[in-house]
Amino acid sequence: MTAAMAGFPRRVPSFALIGRFSERPLAVVGAILALGVVAIALAAPFIAPRDPASTDFGALLLPPLSEGHPLGTDDLGRDVISRVIWGAQASMQAGVFSTLLAVLVAVPIGLVSGYYRGAPDLIAMRLTDTMLAFPYLIVAVGLAVVLGPSLTNATIAIGLVQIPKLLRVTRGEVLALREETFVAGAVADGATDAFIIFRHILPNVVNTLLVQSTIIVPYAIIAESSLSFLGLGVQPPTPSWGVMLTTAQPYMDRAPWLALVPGLAISIASLSFNLFGDGLRDALDPRLRR
Amino acid sequence: MSEPVLAVSGLRKHFVLTAGLFAAVGTVRAVEDVSFEIRSGETLGLVGESGSGKTTVGRCVTRLIDPTAGRITLNGADITRLSRSRLREMRRHMHVVFQDPYSSLDPRMSIGDIVAGPLRHHGIASGGELRRRVDAMLEAVGMRAGIRDRFPHQLSGGQRQRVAIARALILEPNLLVADEPLSALDASVQASIINLLLDLQARMGFACLYITHDLSAAKVLCDRIAVMYLGRIVEVAANEQLFAAPRHPYTQALLSAVLTPDPSAQQARRRIVLEGDIPSPVEPPSGCVFHTRCPVAIARCAVDEPALVDHLGDGHVAACHLIGPRGEAPDILAGAQP
Repeated sequence: MTAAMAGFPRRVPSFALIGRFSERPLAVVGAILALGVVAIALAAPFIAPRDPASTDFGALLLPPLSEGHPLGTDDLGRDVISRVIWGAQASMQAGVFSTLLAVLVAVPIGLVSGYYRGAPDLIAMRLTDTMLAFPYLIVAVGLAVVLGPSLTNATIAIGLVQIPKLLRVTRGEVLALREETFVAGAVADGATDAFIIFRHILPNVVNTLLVQSTIIVPYAIIAESSLSFLGLGVQPPTPSWGVMLTTAQPYMDRAPWLALVPGLAISIASLSFNLFGDGLRDALDPRLRR
Repeated sequence: MSEPVLAVSGLRKHFVLTAGLFAAVGTVRAVEDVSFEIRSGETLGLVGESGSGKTTVGRCVTRLIDPTAGRITLNGADITRLSRSRLREMRRHMHVVFQDPYSSLDPRMSIGDIVAGPLRHHGIASGGELRRRVDAMLEAVGMRAGIRDRFPHQLSGGQRQRVAIARALILEPNLLVADEPLSALDASVQASIINLLLDLQARMGFACLYITHDLSAAKVLCDRIAVMYLGRIVEVAANEQLFAAPRHPYTQALLSAVLTPDPSAQQARRRIVLEGDIPSPVEPPSGCVFHTRCPVAIARCAVDEPALVDHLGDGHVAACHLIGPRGEAPDILAGAQP
């Protein structure tokens, strides 16, 4: 299909895409921050000043800016900055990969069931109804228990739990788009179903999917913390932002930084992915060209 | 006479209304027993109020929706029931221009890609040949080639409709269905699109089904005009004949609503205003479907559905009990005035 498109400038030439993206300051900030978080996660072994798991019972609950502990220590005397840096690994893995899993499963099913409707659509929708009837955490916990406690399995469980919502959103958009006159026009052109789905419908769903995905990432980061809290995610002493948040709870009055630091990390990561997604969405939309 | 490009006979389209999952609560009889033929180079106008089923006819004819009953032949081949792949092949011989040029072009596709669509889908041209044909077609609809890198939102309504026409005609189809292509455009732009369509038809010789509620446009564009009311064709005649001597009371009422450019003629004109709205196609009236609004209806009209009759054998057909044996039209003002 791509080969057939040669001859005309691509709809969205990649260099122009970067150009339009860079015109949006907030999007650039988001992209830099998101890349920064990913880079920190990858480089954790090299940039973390201390071992995130080593306890120091002589230095419990030290406040930030203490000697040797720029962000203080936790209830077991572990270095908070090292833990937050290492925690980025688990959180990014849970956030990004579960979202990717959900998108890769939900979008193709949503496209097909929304476009063709009929019995497969009916079955897919009743299945999502069933899944949505349970609180997401119950399903995730159930899946994580079946799969066994580990970060990878928690990520899979979180991704699977996101599928029904994303599938519904995709299908809803496709249902609306397939009634658009330009789809009828493509049919009259003699376009194949595959062309209509991938070249007419998918590009028009991308907007919604990007926004949805950037919402799922922070959601998944929090979900990972819940699973880890229940012992179904990262295993102690490996840190994740979620684990740090939950273990900080008893010390909110004495050591608020224990909650503030991972909380801020989650906020920054969520915000950066949101801004990045918004910028990408706008840059991809030919209607917003200046 | 040559074989018609498009022949439609006994076309019906019913939409089943459902409530909830399965319960059918009614049937919209959008099109009931419609038959017509269009020859190469000819334009048949399909006129009627909104809700008369004219757009549904256009969509059935181009097989964008499945007809409930009837037979549609294109270039002599029955296309009423075709497999998806055979139908896709047949589409190179026909295309549609839709009413709203704002929704008929994919906002995320460049003009070049939109116009090239049919060439690609039918594997007719690629690479430089494709580009050359797209540029030539854009030029044929009066646009410069540079427009092909643009996107629909950067174009005006008139330009978009030109693009829609270019895409519809790039394969030089035998049939073009134009579904109210002017109604979303400004009056000044309408004139230029009319001229464009006339010009292109003279050059390419396609048959055209021109669907409209605008009688003035039909008068300029069409060779023959079919008047639709509530899913049925009530009168068909050559353009001049229809405007000079309309027979069906509904056609008379419709024509009386057209403004004339001469103010004194406009003042002197007898205007016939129909009472009420077009009835629901879910429960169409018995007998002649027009009898509920017809100023001259008689008792028979409520029971007996009139057939289309060619009174003088000259191709001017109308479906009304009150038309005389020599095609004398009923004087519908006689009934309206005390």
